[in-house]
Amino acid sequence: MSELLEVDNLGKRFGGFVALENISLSVAAGERLGLIGPNGSGKSTLVNCICGTLRNEQGSVRFDGRQIDRLPAHRRTHLGLARSFQLPRPFVSMSLIENVRIPLLYTVEARGTRHAAEQIEERCHGLLREVGLEAKARRRPSDLTQVEMRKLELARAVAAEPKLLIADEAMAGLTHSEIEDILALLVRLNEQGVTVILIEHIMSAVMSFSRRLVVLVSGRKIADGQPEDVMRDPEVERAYLGQ
Amino acid sequence: MIFSFDLLSNAIISGILIGGFYAAVTSGLSLSFGILDIVNLAHPAFIILGSYAAYVANSKFGIDPIVAAIIVLPAFYALGAAVYQIYYVAFEKRGQESLRGLAFFFGLLFITEVSLVLYFGVDYRDVSAAYIGPTWHLGDVDLPLRLLTPCLVSLALIACLQLVLTRTFVGRAIMAVAQDQLALRLMAVNPVRIKRIAFAISIATASLAGAFLIIIQPVEPSVGRDYIGRIFAICVLGGMGSLPGTVIAAILIGVIESLTATFYGPSWAPAVSFGFLLLTLAVRPAGLLGR
Amino acid sequence: MRTIPFFLICLVIGGIAFAAALTLGNDYYFFAGYVVLQYVVLSTAWNILGGYCGYVNFGTGAFFALGAYSTVTIYTLIDTNAFPHVVPIPVLMLVGGAVSAVVGLGMGYLTLRLRGAFFAIATLAMAVVLETLVVNWDFVGGSRGAFIIRPETIAPFGSYIRYLFLIMLLLAVASLTIARLIERSRLGYGLATIRDDEFAAEAAGVPTLRLKLIATTISGALMGMAGAPFPYYIGYLQPQPTFALDYAVNAIAMPLIGGTSTWVGPLIGALLLGSLQQIIIVTISSAVNLLLVGALLVAFVILAPNGIVGLAHKYLQHKDDDFVGRRRTGLEAPAPQVESSPTSEAPS
Repeated sequence: MSELLEVDNLGKRFGGFVALENISLSVAAGERLGLIGPNGSGKSTLVNCICGTLRNEQGSVRFDGRQIDRLPAHRRTHLGLARSFQLPRPFVSMSLIENVRIPLLYTVEARGTRHAAEQIEERCHGLLREVGLEAKARRRPSDLTQVEMRKLELARAVAAEPKLLIADEAMAGLTHSEIEDILALLVRLNEQGVTVILIEHIMSAVMSFSRRLVVLVSGRKIADGQPEDVMRDPEVERAYLGQ
Repeated sequence: MIFSFDLLSNAIISGILIGGFYAAVTSGLSLSFGILDIVNLAHPAFIILGSYAAYVANSKFGIDPIVAAIIVLPAFYALGAAVYQIYYVAFEKRGQESLRGLAFFFGLLFITEVSLVLYFGVDYRDVSAAYIGPTWHLGDVDLPLRLLTPCLVSLALIACLQLVLTRTFVGRAIMAVAQDQLALRLMAVNPVRIKRIAFAISIATASLAGAFLIIIQPVEPSVGRDYIGRIFAICVLGGMGSLPGTVIAAILIGVIESLTATFYGPSWAPAVSFGFLLLTLAVRPAGLLGR
Repeated sequence: MRTIPFFLICLVIGGIAFAAALTLGNDYYFFAGYVVLQYVVLSTAWNILGGYCGYVNFGTGAFFALGAYSTVTIYTLIDTNAFPHVVPIPVLMLVGGAVSAVVGLGMGYLTLRLRGAFFAIATLAMAVVLETLVVNWDFVGGSRGAFIIRPETIAPFGSYIRYLFLIMLLLAVASLTIARLIERSRLGYGLATIRDDEFAAEAAGVPTLRLKLIATTISGALMGMAGAPFPYYIGYLQPQPTFALDYAVNAIAMPLIGGTSTWVGPLIGALLLGSLQQIIIVTISSAVNLLLVGALLVAFVILAPNGIVGLAHKYLQHKDDDFVGRRRTGLEAPAPQVESSPTSEAPS
């Protein structure tokens, strides 16, 4: 397996506050990685730096063999890096089907694959079906519950046909069976060759999904390895139980 | 143009004095735009309103313009509170501040200007006071009291504002409202109330700034427009919401405008602040003193 | 409806309006109609950036004036007494449009990486500075203004104002067609994602800066084209009224009153408000007229945020369609920090 994502010595600060310090992380193609850490530990900041929503001041990010940390966010998406936002950010003036159509129009087409209108339509319906929102395809995001918005968020990220999908707390607030559905979707994507980084607070979901676990605490990486080993790590136990 | 030392030193001194006045004009905007993130395009219109209030008090009742401004200060405070309330209910609460909120303030700017034209006409108006006219001479350097008085009162005003912001509970809450609304709620402070107070204070400063303006130059309703580019340039250059930064940026712009006016002609002065605004936005949007 | 039939239908409607004005037999209707059509172009152009993309341009007057002063520059450079009016107006419009487009692109490049508020402020300030430049530029008349002697007649249209009216009519139809085309295209979808949520748009692969620049350039070009024939219409071009905020306030008020999410809104707004103003200017005064525009603008943005089109939708349609161009609500995240990076956001 080759390295798909390589984060090297990454640092980010906000004013005097150090949000991330010397983070190094490599993710191989095809991996299922869980990223955990207490609130405010820098998980989302790391995702934002990887995806280009924020700029890192220090270190570098390589994706698929190229240095990407000076590229704007949309270029990174075109290269195959997709993410869902922790707080759902749907396009509120558009129907759900239009929401998932945007990545098809702007990312998939930018890679040179042109689809006929019917194919795009079919693909959009398929994406919404996978997250159980097909019945509301013509509705607007304002008609959705928070849980449905999270599903839409995920469907939109998947629509970009990524090589690496970063799911930022896609499951908060979902019921047990809905979590199972989302997990099954992520596993299915992974089996199709998509590398997945799952950021999650729900430990049962993380443990059942991840083949490898990374723990961030206060902007630093304190553990990285087999999930069972990581959970037994005394430093991780301290970070989680000590709060 | 003959280049001489007196010309240069006088241009710099009057630039500094004008800069002190610009600081007062911008301080309100530093509060509303810099701290509260409310893009109050109508701020210059409120300043012109302040000028006309001073004019009426001065010409009808012979009151000193600065005293008049202090008298009408509460009215401006109330006006500011009312405007914020409308803005909050109609735009901030609905999440529409970016497009329609801007249009709202632009509309206010326009309505104020046209109303003043309808009531007072487009003639220039001025005020009279003991300090308008005389000039102190320190060697070759002239210190016109017409500029010196507004500059000093303006710096005093900003010092007061800075004290309020850093030393009082309300002031600290205003500084916090931009950073962390949740923390304020946890302290049982209503962020909307704090923002209303802050916005009201920002409009109250316009009453004084307006009086300074009409002391420095005669005023007609559309004069305010020249200040739009200038005060936003100073606000951004000063690092958005930092009063010391505002003073430094205001003096910088004042001096450069004054040099431009002296050596290239006064009609080019408005271009200076615009150039600075574009340059700052393009190169260093966090401002001179920004992080 | 496809684009070409739409364009043709608009032309036919315009032709009928022209014929109707002809039968009234008074050139006043052409003078008044020209101004209304000019506002159709300006508000449609404004809406391409403001309505579709959510970026407010306060510099309509400046873009318009750039077009007008391009014409004055060419007129002063080329036209002599021996060869009066050698440059046809359509060519002048192309030049004026190009100048405005380039200025729009440059301004956009400097400020569109930042939040919309900064772009808005920069456009407002730009109007003041361009006015300064023109006032100081004697070649185009400086503060005194510039005269352009309009020919009395032009074959085969008869009086010159009829010709100008027809040209503006064509430009209005073209603007509406362009706006409608953008609305239904991939570009239109992209612009709408920017209006809804710029970070999400980037994450979905939308090149936001490029699309904003395209919208600014098209919008600026149309405004410049609307300004280019103006010196011929007015005869005597002065910097102050040409740069006045009147154009800016109208170009914003008309789409916001009509409704910003489709091409119909600016058209309705411009026709209604433009005609109303023509009546008020004649019957009352032009200051009152501006006061009315300002008051209507404020009233509409507070009370009917989706304009007349939004109100009509509310009456005619079922509930789930009643929002046209509704924006993201809620203040859950702190205001984004201003940073030197093109996309900046507070940590979430």
